[in-house]
Amino acid sequence: MRESDGTALGQLRICDFTGQLAGAGATKFLAAFGAQVIRIEDPTNEGRWDILRGGQPFKDERRGINLGGSFNNHNVEKLGITLNLRTTRGKELLHELIKISDVVSENFAAGVFERLGLSYEELRALKDDVIYVSNCGFGHSGPYVNYKTWGPVVQAVSGLTFSSGLPGQPSAGWGYSYMDHTGAYYMAMAILMAVHHRNVTGEGQWVDMSCTEAGASLNGPALLDYTVNGRGLRREGSPNSNRNQFPAMTPHGIYETEGDDNWIGISCRNEQDWQALCGVAGTAWADDARFATLADRLANEDDLDRRITDWTRHQERFDLASRLQAAGVPATAVQRPGERVDHDGDTAAWGLWPTVKQTEMGDVRVDGMPVHLSETDWKLERGAPCLGEHNDYVFGELLGVSAAELVSLHEEGVV
Amino acid sequence: MTALSDLRVIELANDRIAFAGKLLADMGADVILVEPPGGDATRGYEPFLDDEPGDERSLYFWHYNTSKRGITIDLETDAGRGALRRLVATADVFLESEDAGRLEALGIDALSLRAGHPELISVSMAPFMRGGPREHELATDLTLLAGGGPAWSCGYDDHSLPPVRGGGNQGYQTGCHYAVMAALVALVSRDVTGAGQHIDVDMHAAQNVTTEAGSYSWLVAEETVQRQTGRHAGVNPSAPSQVQCGDGRWVNTGVPARRGRDYEMVLQWLAERGLDEQFPATPLLEMGKSHGILDLSKIATDPAIREMFQAGRDAMVLLAQNMSAYEFFEGAQQRGFQVGIIYSPEEVMEDRHFKARRFPTEVPHPDLGRSFTYPGAPYLFHGSPWQIQRRAPLLGEHADAILEESGFAPDEVAQLRAQGVV
Repeated sequence: MRESDGTALGQLRICDFTGQLAGAGATKFLAAFGAQVIRIEDPTNEGRWDILRGGQPFKDERRGINLGGSFNNHNVEKLGITLNLRTTRGKELLHELIKISDVVSENFAAGVFERLGLSYEELRALKDDVIYVSNCGFGHSGPYVNYKTWGPVVQAVSGLTFSSGLPGQPSAGWGYSYMDHTGAYYMAMAILMAVHHRNVTGEGQWVDMSCTEAGASLNGPALLDYTVNGRGLRREGSPNSNRNQFPAMTPHGIYETEGDDNWIGISCRNEQDWQALCGVAGTAWADDARFATLADRLANEDDLDRRITDWTRHQERFDLASRLQAAGVPATAVQRPGERVDHDGDTAAWGLWPTVKQTEMGDVRVDGMPVHLSETDWKLERGAPCLGEHNDYVFGELLGVSAAELVSLHEEGVV
Repeated sequence: MTALSDLRVIELANDRIAFAGKLLADMGADVILVEPPGGDATRGYEPFLDDEPGDERSLYFWHYNTSKRGITIDLETDAGRGALRRLVATADVFLESEDAGRLEALGIDALSLRAGHPELISVSMAPFMRGGPREHELATDLTLLAGGGPAWSCGYDDHSLPPVRGGGNQGYQTGCHYAVMAALVALVSRDVTGAGQHIDVDMHAAQNVTTEAGSYSWLVAEETVQRQTGRHAGVNPSAPSQVQCGDGRWVNTGVPARRGRDYEMVLQWLAERGLDEQFPATPLLEMGKSHGILDLSKIATDPAIREMFQAGRDAMVLLAQNMSAYEFFEGAQQRGFQVGIIYSPEEVMEDRHFKARRFPTEVPHPDLGRSFTYPGAPYLFHGSPWQIQRRAPLLGEHADAILEESGFAPDEVAQLRAQGVV
């Protein structure tokens, strides 16, 4: 353990092999709360096993291995070192680092870490109470252990792609790697729970995280409807994920509004919301026998949605949302990225988009954290590490490598 | 031993926060669900056991409240609020997501409950920042996903179709993920310092930072992504990635061939299936086989790379169209391609891999004399296993035990019961 420095996780050091978002997002969260996260990168290919390193988007259209916008977003507040694990000295240095780390984290395909000589047993031989958390698509056992994934494949196999869509259409799925974000959340939880368990018992452990299992666990009520009642989501007219089954609500959907590609989300939770909606619309829908009760409205939902759209398509979305909110109906404009980042009172008041300083990119805004802790809150100030940016500190100060040896390690391509 | 078995959590029942309590309870925490006397509203949520409504029959309630114990307390009474204060005094964590202002009006908001209990970790989750400019806006799972970014990125190439809100309560669940992550940070900090603290969680903010390129394309370059069918929303359009297979089901074809070995695999697979003669671009696949890894950054400028890449993609589409989705998924994966079958959620429960890793989990319901199959562990802890400790609590099921453990004398319990508080 490190000396605590007043941050929430200042006592933790993490020897971090994670990349992309499914892994890097986990250690970003921990780094934001003060954990010392040391990223290990391969100097022979400029850390490119993380395909986001050096990738778009680019600030001011400047390109380069240290200028990747998504890499920066996911690796703020981490330290970065380069280490060639094919060399004997490189392996020795890694082992020294593991001995002074609390956690070893990785999201390689299953088997890669073992081939590096870093199975849990081998890690444990270096540090008896080590916490090892692996995160891959199908976990480290089972028939699909060698199958490869990335976010969209995880979402497809776990049922999350299917459960996002409209009837009569193929799956809409997720327009981003929802399970890279969420896999990272589960990985962060796993690390923290394992640390707490070690703090209480003195014992480390291996957590084998399978991103598809984490994804599959996110459709609970629909799964029980199948295992208990025998009703699956694959049936006529299903899914329609803009509507709401659990509990049944209507009107409930995303409706067209005035302008180009402008939309509003409206959600009537109960009879009161429905009456209020009719009041704002100033229509006689409420008097129509086909819409008299919730059951009637559900039975005639397509017709109801058409009538609502005929009304909303002539309304301005932000104005309509505030009129519905004033009447007590949950409603919100579907916001474009620029609107929710730069013109949203909530995200601004929260301080959701901090500016970090990255050594080569300069000042860049990143995703902050949607939580605030009263005593030991997060802080994001330093951008993602450039390749080998913290070699001197980690090898020199933490591992006691002399300045002269460090020069020769550079020359020999070890770091 | 479970990871959180030393923790006691008090959770005020509410559909927004329920998943956070489940995540802690399934890892061993003693989570006490505090419901109002008539039960939490989610006991009335569909689906129901055999489609018959009833307080103990909601599968929604069953799922979100596994491993918890239950008590009902009438917080509208002084005695009820007093009982809650005493319970919280025995707890490590307090979880709530009540409507704005309710707990303050009752004098049992997190800050009041913390008084005299500096070791308590209190978590307040709200649709919008408490005290912020949108605090009083009403929200549901749909409106959170619609306004917070996800829906803008999800939907179809055809923009006359609305943006799509992903199914399954992901807006609430994303808030709960952050609530648990933050509570665990505070717990690990408390392990060292002994001090608790208060945590605010903003659900709208949680969606905003769960959109991948949606947010950072704007933050870094002020570019706006556009939604596309079944694949990443992008600043620039990309090629379709979902294909309907011979059996009518769909797959995500993932990343097409790029390396010589990939092209060799595609050529062999086409031949095995007798599709090599009808595939028109075999020479391009042969070129790909001997070309070396394709540099996709040159795809716009180098026609040969563009055509080889397209041929690899077209070959996968033809293969998919000529077999079942499952055959294509297995066949492609065994040849090293990142491909996914698009399962409906229930199909996951029947899949051999998920069964082999014991994802489907039996949970006994002794009161019904039956067991039911639940979704299982999101992570396999080898030293402190995830486990559903028990089915969701019946209404008020554990009231006596909870009160007794928390230092209530038998006559106090009797009085609370007589007054209808518990």
